[in-house]
Amino acid sequence: MTFDRKTLASSIALAAATLMAGGAQAQMSDDAVRIGYLADMSGTYRDLAGPGGLEALEMAVEDFGGEVNGTPIEIFSADDRNSADVGANTVRGWIDEENVDLVAGLVASSVTIAVTKVLEANDGLGIVSGSAASSITDEHCTPNHIHWVYDTYPLANGTAKAVVEQGGDSWFMLTADYAFGHALEGDVTRVVEENGGEIVGGVHHPFPTSDFSSYILQAQGSGAKIVGLANAGSDTVNAITTASQFGLTQSGQQLAGLLIFLNDVHAMGLEATQGLLLTTGWYWDMDDQAREWAERYFERVGRMPTMVQAGIYSSTTHYLNAVAEQGTDDPEAIRAAMAEAPIEDFFARNGRIREDGRMVHDMYLAQVKSPEASEGEWDVYEILSTIPAEEAYRPLAESQCKLVNN
Amino acid sequence: MMGTSQTLTPALRRRRQAKLRRNTLYLVLVAIGLVAPFVAYPVFLMKVLCFALFACAFNLLLGYAGLLSFGHAAFLATGGYFTGIMLASYPGLTPELGILIGTLAAVVLGILFGALAIRRQGIYFAMVTLALAQMVYFFFVQAPFTGGEDGLHGVPRGELFGVISLRSNVAMYYFVFAVFLIGFAVIQRAVHSPFGQVLKAIRENEPRAVSLGYNVDAYKLLAFVLSAGLAGLAGSTKTVVFQLASLTDAHWHMSGEVILMTLLGGVGTLFGPVVGAGLVVSLQTQLAQSPLGNWVSVILGAIFVICVLSFRSGIVGEIQKMVRKNFK
Repeated sequence: MTFDRKTLASSIALAAATLMAGGAQAQMSDDAVRIGYLADMSGTYRDLAGPGGLEALEMAVEDFGGEVNGTPIEIFSADDRNSADVGANTVRGWIDEENVDLVAGLVASSVTIAVTKVLEANDGLGIVSGSAASSITDEHCTPNHIHWVYDTYPLANGTAKAVVEQGGDSWFMLTADYAFGHALEGDVTRVVEENGGEIVGGVHHPFPTSDFSSYILQAQGSGAKIVGLANAGSDTVNAITTASQFGLTQSGQQLAGLLIFLNDVHAMGLEATQGLLLTTGWYWDMDDQAREWAERYFERVGRMPTMVQAGIYSSTTHYLNAVAEQGTDDPEAIRAAMAEAPIEDFFARNGRIREDGRMVHDMYLAQVKSPEASEGEWDVYEILSTIPAEEAYRPLAESQCKLVNN
Repeated sequence: MMGTSQTLTPALRRRRQAKLRRNTLYLVLVAIGLVAPFVAYPVFLMKVLCFALFACAFNLLLGYAGLLSFGHAAFLATGGYFTGIMLASYPGLTPELGILIGTLAAVVLGILFGALAIRRQGIYFAMVTLALAQMVYFFFVQAPFTGGEDGLHGVPRGELFGVISLRSNVAMYYFVFAVFLIGFAVIQRAVHSPFGQVLKAIRENEPRAVSLGYNVDAYKLLAFVLSAGLAGLAGSTKTVVFQLASLTDAHWHMSGEVILMTLLGGVGTLFGPVVGAGLVVSLQTQLAQSPLGNWVSVILGAIFVICVLSFRSGIVGEIQKMVRKNFK
């Protein structure tokens, strides 16, 4: 088979036209809106975001119709294995080679901070849903990312303030002995003291610890009404389990968890966790809107979504709305548009994106139900009160972010 | 009658041929290294090169001195953190000086660790290095200047010798490639020198080396420090490439990963660790982005088991065996 001249000429013309189209269509950067999902898919944080978060992202894209103004949406995903260089490397590759427009997910804070530096250097855009560190929109803020679901500030602020107001005015702090634990302990101490409570004692445990018995005994001996857990992940789980075995809550003391997710409570069971006070950004059973979405998610995945997974859906939808409205995927324009539009959906109430990239929204103080009060496997929280968006997060006046004029 | 041709005994001729073959192989590999950034993604290649150097350094100790260190992550991380801290806090410092400082820090740590660890053998040596490396890990978790869990970020790549900007990935790649070649050349020289021969003798039969009058401890310590320094060099370079240093590098998983790379590629062969590092890093990168993403650790584990069960001398080791058997 040979090419006749005409075919050759027309194919060259076609190729040229395709190339030109890339340049002529000034609005969209190329022929697709590409979203990369980066999270821990196989390690410690698998259950709070992981594959379930990817499902939420896919759901958001499907509900949006799979395309923005006729431009198809493509999804990439990768496991960062909680390693900063794997995460940064993956995102750098996505931007350089695949032209990815948005990076979503982002769980371990070391990975997140590394990725936001890459995004800033390469003019990308990222939405952080899983990380806890409040430094992400404080000293590490960039014009290229938004922090969506929660951070340590409202966790400490919300839980500690509410607990003191309810009469829990003497605290014993159980703190993981590294930067994150110390930061959380510092925040809690400040809030407790500001509200008229006092810290009667505390102990630092190494990170990670599997045997909490001596620490729990110290907590019991301290006579404090509240035992605050300034740790995360398996440390929190181990501490709560040990506390339950030692009958800490039965003897009149109360646990206050500072970083606890739905999947943690579900995994430990209500017997061990009942009565635990915590702050959450969202709970599946908090109202009709949330329930309706959560049930759709449940049908698809077989688990109830955590606040992080719900946040991934919410933030992706908000991003796609901005892209559709602006007709561009230029990161600067999109971030500005996202910040302008208020956020009111099944996830966020009174939500808005501040100039430091923090999405502030109402947070909730919750208490874990007792096994008798629970009506089903996932019926685990009782929402006690709402912490208004503007009070929950670190005020801009205290911000060290370079985007905020202080 | 005894002409020049006579001096070329068959054995000598074979050795010359082997040397020629080896040099040709080196040239071909360097040429591949030079064109590689135009074929594959440079950042990925840099990662492979950094880990390849790390694995080569580890192999110097395990493959040639017979010392299984289970704490090499400590040197990788020390190099990385020192370089990162220096470059981030002194903006005037050029990257090569930063890397030098990181490498020196790893050397100093290597002397300290080595002096303690080489007094024991076998599993006790491995345990001592593991324990010391865990202490280094906790130091990096706690120290105020490492950023703890968050890691150290925003390390500038800077300008090489104050002249060549390393911002572009291709420029950075050639720098990393040069660093790798230097590190590899050092190992190659060490292995093929009388020093390397003594190391092998110690590996095979330590009491005999002692009885021959060698100061075994001095040789072991030197090998340990050399290996630590080169691991530090790999860590320092990695920090400049990725512009960050994190706890992942100090974690004992990293010490395990380098063992996997070395055994998979072929322990005691020069190219084995390079092949092993390339394989492990590409598997991690490729699998992480595939639907099999959740199974990376399982797949790597399975490969390791298969390797240990069926080709114990690793990929390069097996190839060398095959060549020796069939092309003599």
